[in-house]
Amino acid sequence: MAQLRIENVSVRFPLYHGESRSLKKTVFAAASGRLGEDRKHRLVVEALRDVSFSLRSGERLGFIGANGAGKTTLLRSMAGIYEPVRGRIVIDGAVTALLDANQGMNLEMTGRENIRLRGLFNGLNEAQIKQLQLDVAAFAGLAQFLELPVRTYSSGMIVRLGFALATAIKPQILLMDEWILAGDAAFMAKARHRLETMVRGAEILVLSSHNADVILRWCNRVIWMDSGQIKADGHPEEVLAAYLPPEQFAHAMAAAEDAV
Amino acid sequence: MIAPDQGQAAVEISHAANTSGRPVTIMASRSWRGRLALAGADLAETLRLWPLVWTLSLLDIRLRYRGSLLGPFWLTLSTAVMIGAIGFLYSRLFHQNISAYLPFLSISLVLWNFISTVTSDGCICFTQSEGMIRAMRMPLSLHAARAVLRNILVLAHNIVVIAVVFAVFHTVPSLASFSLLPAAALWVVDAMALTLLLGAFGTRFRDIPPIVASVVQIAFYITPIMWNPAMLTHRGLSDVLVTWNPFYALLEIMRAPLLGGPLNHAAWTAALGYSAALVLLAGAVFARTRARIAYWV
Repeated sequence: MAQLRIENVSVRFPLYHGESRSLKKTVFAAASGRLGEDRKHRLVVEALRDVSFSLRSGERLGFIGANGAGKTTLLRSMAGIYEPVRGRIVIDGAVTALLDANQGMNLEMTGRENIRLRGLFNGLNEAQIKQLQLDVAAFAGLAQFLELPVRTYSSGMIVRLGFALATAIKPQILLMDEWILAGDAAFMAKARHRLETMVRGAEILVLSSHNADVILRWCNRVIWMDSGQIKADGHPEEVLAAYLPPEQFAHAMAAAEDAV
Repeated sequence: MIAPDQGQAAVEISHAANTSGRPVTIMASRSWRGRLALAGADLAETLRLWPLVWTLSLLDIRLRYRGSLLGPFWLTLSTAVMIGAIGFLYSRLFHQNISAYLPFLSISLVLWNFISTVTSDGCICFTQSEGMIRAMRMPLSLHAARAVLRNILVLAHNIVVIAVVFAVFHTVPSLASFSLLPAAALWVVDAMALTLLLGAFGTRFRDIPPIVASVVQIAFYITPIMWNPAMLTHRGLSDVLVTWNPFYALLEIMRAPLLGGPLNHAAWTAALGYSAALVLLAGAVFARTRARIAYWV
């Protein structure tokens, strides 16, 4: 059973000003005995402040909140990319994170090479990598483009490749940022179908989005992030009702009803 | 173009990574013991992902020469041209016998080329992989191992030149050549340590790459690479440049036995001493900075 626990996690970003990031300034500061003071007075952005929650199999969590509220940082911490300065993160299950469209793909390499690299990263053998290439090519509908460098793809094609790649190797915990909404309508339907089969298999989905009807359709729990802290945590309808202005909430509810 | 729905196919391939079933705990560790343990785990994970490191390095080289006629053999050819040109010119300038000078120069230049690219690639090993580092959790030492292995593959292409020069001038390596195996192992360990060390500094301080480049440039001239230490013994200068030069010690443990010389005990002692210091320093710096690199890139 997959689970994910976030316990009192704080993440801070040091702000290196264009100049202060250079060795020159550090060396001069050290030479004039100001390094200690410099450290204490270093400007930091508190991206996450004492965030705690836990997720169990079957939960589909949505993050909402204004830009800069810490949604993406939280997703990155949950993926284990940013290690917190305080607190701890316990990940039980294989995590896949779809955070930006490029997905850590090497843009100079071909689609096929990128799929192969991902397969190797996940410890697949040659036969499984072949299977992965077939599966990704079919799902993303990129058959004849796989031999071309990814840099020649359109942004929609990169999104399709990234999504197919991330979901073909069945993750137990899937973390997604809102860019996935860049796909065309036909692809969105396919993506939703695949996500639903995945989530039905008692896995965890975490989705960050500004789009209220996507949250209503896909999530069964919502966390509202506000300046690095959890402002509300609960059932999607309750949290969204508090988060959105009434007319927008009614609109989102209607849109979500329509889609079902 | 839209394929039949493959939604079910997702279940066929299961995630093989992290099949140990153990939950992964990520927490800020302030103690040195915790930090060293995490750095060790990072290195162990890179070893486990060895096939990925290999494929990445191979693709790096293939990518550089994609579309070219000779492909990676440009590496061999350009080294051969350089060694030939410099060899004939400098053997005249230094009044050296070409049949002794060219084998010396070919080993020195090929090995120096390796040191120089390891340092310059090392400085940017993390910043270059920014996309990968920020997209998923993977061991950070993997990016360093990729840079090291890529340079080892380049070195392997250049060894052909040394072999040809040796065949032409009938240079016979000495019996002490058995020591090349431990020497090569020491070089790999040092290259990895240097890459991790420079990578961490180069990510945090963006001034490091040009500084390192100029230091390496100076080191090239003051280290016996183009010139043989025997040429300067009468001037007393070579003593400083040879005795206290870590590059000389490392070059000499490879070069001496290949050129038919005996095992150089002094060079081995110095090389082991410098390497131990480098590995300790790199280990400490990597343990200290590992968790922050994702924030810095």
